[in-house]
Amino acid sequence: MASENVEDQIQKISSVIRVIPDFPKPGIMFQDISTLLLDPKAFKDSIDLFVERYKDRNISVVAGIEARGFIFGPPIALAIGAKFVPMRKPGKLPGAVIREEYPLEYGKDIMEMHVGAVNAGERAIVVDDLIATGGTLRAALNLLESVGVEVVECACLIELPELK
Amino acid sequence: MSGFREEDPRINSIRTKIRVVPNFPKQGIDFLDITTLLLDPKVFKNTIDMFVERYKNKNISVVAGIEARGFIFGPPIALAIGAKFVPLRKPRKLPGEVISEEYTLEYGSDCLEMHVGAVQHSDRALVVDDLVATGGTLCAAMNLLERAGAEVVECACVIELPALKGRERLNGKPLYILVEYHS
Repeated sequence: MASENVEDQIQKISSVIRVIPDFPKPGIMFQDISTLLLDPKAFKDSIDLFVERYKDRNISVVAGIEARGFIFGPPIALAIGAKFVPMRKPGKLPGAVIREEYPLEYGKDIMEMHVGAVNAGERAIVVDDLIATGGTLRAALNLLESVGVEVVECACLIELPELK
Repeated sequence: MSGFREEDPRINSIRTKIRVVPNFPKQGIDFLDITTLLLDPKVFKNTIDMFVERYKNKNISVVAGIEARGFIFGPPIALAIGAKFVPLRKPRKLPGEVISEEYTLEYGSDCLEMHVGAVQHSDRALVVDDLVATGGTLCAAMNLLERAGAEVVECACVIELPALKGRERLNGKPLYILVEYHS
């Protein structure tokens, strides 16, 4: 069996992500990862690429942003032996939370994390399917850093670089 | 084949890692919180392993996970057994063409959606969520998969609330759970 290099894997992953025009509104090209999830090998390769990067870096926390970060974060956490911490929309987490308000294109939103989920001094990565303006990732970062966690890196499958 | 695994030594730690939060989302409801389980890597792994062991040789080609906590347990199971993962979502979240299934809530109704083309006639599917209460959401999930032609082999949840009789809403489909919670 011919061995596959990382570039081939990434090319394949890229090719199974579906672009949906004009969603959620006209002019936006939505990057749909659900088609990647229908390809078990490509899905596994995408997880393995992250696991390879993070497995020897003493990461004890993988924070995943609701909802698509819940798909990619847990498999990474399980593989590297880290805990998984869901970062959620308001009112979803049942226990005591800390919250961070962040800007949207129009208006604001709030992200919450359970009190006690993480401890000061832990090393974390933040996972989401896509980074656009970075507002959501910034909110997650702020929440984690506010309780003394060191965020080592943010990890996403897709970047829209033009949104900086 | 339905049931739960009281006798497996991993069950006890799974049960004790689930946090009960009283009066959430409203007075009188004890909420079963799995986020504390996710904070223990070994117990989270044991949870996934118990499902994987059960399903790995059953020719399951699809794991359907119900938004949002089914997205936490479903993908690790799918990855381990080599199945596709299909997210079942609240309305207007999935960007492509969808089929929708409405289901009743205690007050009013809600809707679950699945992408057209995600599953085919030959698919054998598992439905995964963190908890089964009344069974309304699982039932809607099964209907979506069956309408698309897939065969639902079983529903799998970490927690069951047997008092809410969710099992009876599954049209005879088997339900596999790890822990029961009696209030």
